[in-house]
Amino acid sequence: MITTPETPSKEPVAAPPPDAAAAPEPVIAVRGLRKRYGDLEAVRGVDLEVHRGEIFAFLGPNGAGKTTVVEILEGFRERTAGAVTVLGTDPAHAGGAWRDRVGVVLQESSAEPGLTVRECLELYAGYYRAPRPIAETLALVGLTAKADTPGEGLSGGQRRRLDVALALVGDPELIFLDEPTTGFDPSARRAAWDVVAGLRSLGKTVFLTTHYMDEAERLADRIAVIVDGEIVAAGTPATLGGRDRMDARIRFSPPAGAGPLPAPLQPLAEPGADGSVTLRSESPLAHVGVLAGWALGRGFDLPDLDVRRPTLEDVYLSLTTTDRKDRP
Amino acid sequence: MILLLLRLIRALGSRRSTARPEDPDGPGRGPIALVAHQARYDLLGILRDRQARFFTMVLPLIFLVIFVGIFGNDRVGPEHVKASTYYVPGLTAMAVIAGSFVNLVISITAQREAGVLKRRRATPVPAWVIIAGRAVTAIAVSVAVSAILLAVGRVAYGVHMPTSTIPAVAVTIVAGSAAFCVLAYALSTAIGSADSAQPTTQAVMLPLYFISGVFIPNPNLPGWLQDVARVFPVQHLAAALHHAYDPSVRGAGLVWSDLGMLAAWAAVGLLVALRRFAWAPAAAPA
Repeated sequence: MITTPETPSKEPVAAPPPDAAAAPEPVIAVRGLRKRYGDLEAVRGVDLEVHRGEIFAFLGPNGAGKTTVVEILEGFRERTAGAVTVLGTDPAHAGGAWRDRVGVVLQESSAEPGLTVRECLELYAGYYRAPRPIAETLALVGLTAKADTPGEGLSGGQRRRLDVALALVGDPELIFLDEPTTGFDPSARRAAWDVVAGLRSLGKTVFLTTHYMDEAERLADRIAVIVDGEIVAAGTPATLGGRDRMDARIRFSPPAGAGPLPAPLQPLAEPGADGSVTLRSESPLAHVGVLAGWALGRGFDLPDLDVRRPTLEDVYLSLTTTDRKDRP
Repeated sequence: MILLLLRLIRALGSRRSTARPEDPDGPGRGPIALVAHQARYDLLGILRDRQARFFTMVLPLIFLVIFVGIFGNDRVGPEHVKASTYYVPGLTAMAVIAGSFVNLVISITAQREAGVLKRRRATPVPAWVIIAGRAVTAIAVSVAVSAILLAVGRVAYGVHMPTSTIPAVAVTIVAGSAAFCVLAYALSTAIGSADSAQPTTQAVMLPLYFISGVFIPNPNLPGWLQDVARVFPVQHLAAALHHAYDPSVRGAGLVWSDLGMLAAWAAVGLLVALRRFAWAPAAAPA
């Protein structure tokens, strides 16, 4: 599911590798973006680039400036400073021709009052110059069976899919998805993920904001994390925040009377409250080998042995919970 | 010849659909067609809304039956006409206001707060098309409900308007509902939530109905109350309709002073709407 079409970039910058000069113009290019509301600087110098056909996930806690950045990219908000280009145009001055190429799924919006699913799509199709056929759009989001249901009678997950359909009916090149699965049950989330994955196979560029790490990990080619108006990390799901270089965690529960751990492992050990031991290891294979020799030599096994990489959630939490109040 | 024309139309049609690069800023269809498209779906929405159906279409009829039932064949109003002849135009004013003001304020506020207006703004449709489409719908509803009231007045109560004033009645209904559409867009900017839209419109309109000759003939009111009523647009819409309906009227029956007052209110409303109208929910996330 996770594809990494580009060289995994390890610098904490959301820019592509330098050899991208040969690549076509990015779909979204942001340099030094700032937004000030009175005394509060909500966005403090954001740089990012999104390339054609990419699914880009934009993460951050509430109030970090996520929505402000997205709304500037969508042309709904003016910026204070910086250069922003979306599909070759500054969204602050974009007109109908630009909107014809962009689809927006807002964080919260209801169905069109009184209209069925099909009628909602017919209304929106009429706004665009070259809309996608209604039946095809319904099939893309899996709402074919609900075509004649009133929009207000849909479940939460179905309503969100209608939102996506309304953004797709104009056949846009670029789609903004603002927290597409917030409040969904697990099966509705899976269905929504399939829809987003389907956008990739259509060659669309997707700019996704989300709170959920598993969502970003599953869908995104690249991720940027914004905290207090600044990008604190960017990269592929595998490399974000140096995840690929972080220590692995080896966890096991030694049986009673197992005796002390071998000397090389002792400085790495952190005892857990439940009697388990966690080793933070930068060379997991070697340390598991030592551990295995020690246990087998004493005639017992470690049935709950677990070796894992830090999850994206671990990385995200370490990025977003750092005390950042000491900044200027 | 006809075949040639058909081929030409088809050729033009196909050129239009692939005309992206030649016409980078034009919409997919002409502006009139786009307004008609928007109005068609807005109308569907209203017709399926039970609350809108009751308040705009049924309530004015109920009031007509009640008021004519109470006052029967009394002579009322400044022209001393029969109660039914008085109440048909008076309640037509109410129907116009219900269709183009009350209903519009409620639906604009609800659509704004539900994110519907903002989502439409994210599409290539021009802002004025959304506004005009909804206003055309409101005017159409007002005209239709007025026609029903006039028909019921004629069939059930034998109220006939002078043939010479039919254009005046039509012009007053259309102009009045257009003015109240603008005022609806203006008032919606002062309402912060969908829940308070209905009570706010009632709080504004109910007292005005009472002092503006819609529910109670104007001369029955004290002078100062009549003066207050004359400041507001409801009285002028009702007066213009009463005049056009007066069987003793000779000539066109248009009252330019009343229409002028409606236009002045519409101008103020337009100014407020242009300065303050918002597409995004009032409680927008930061």
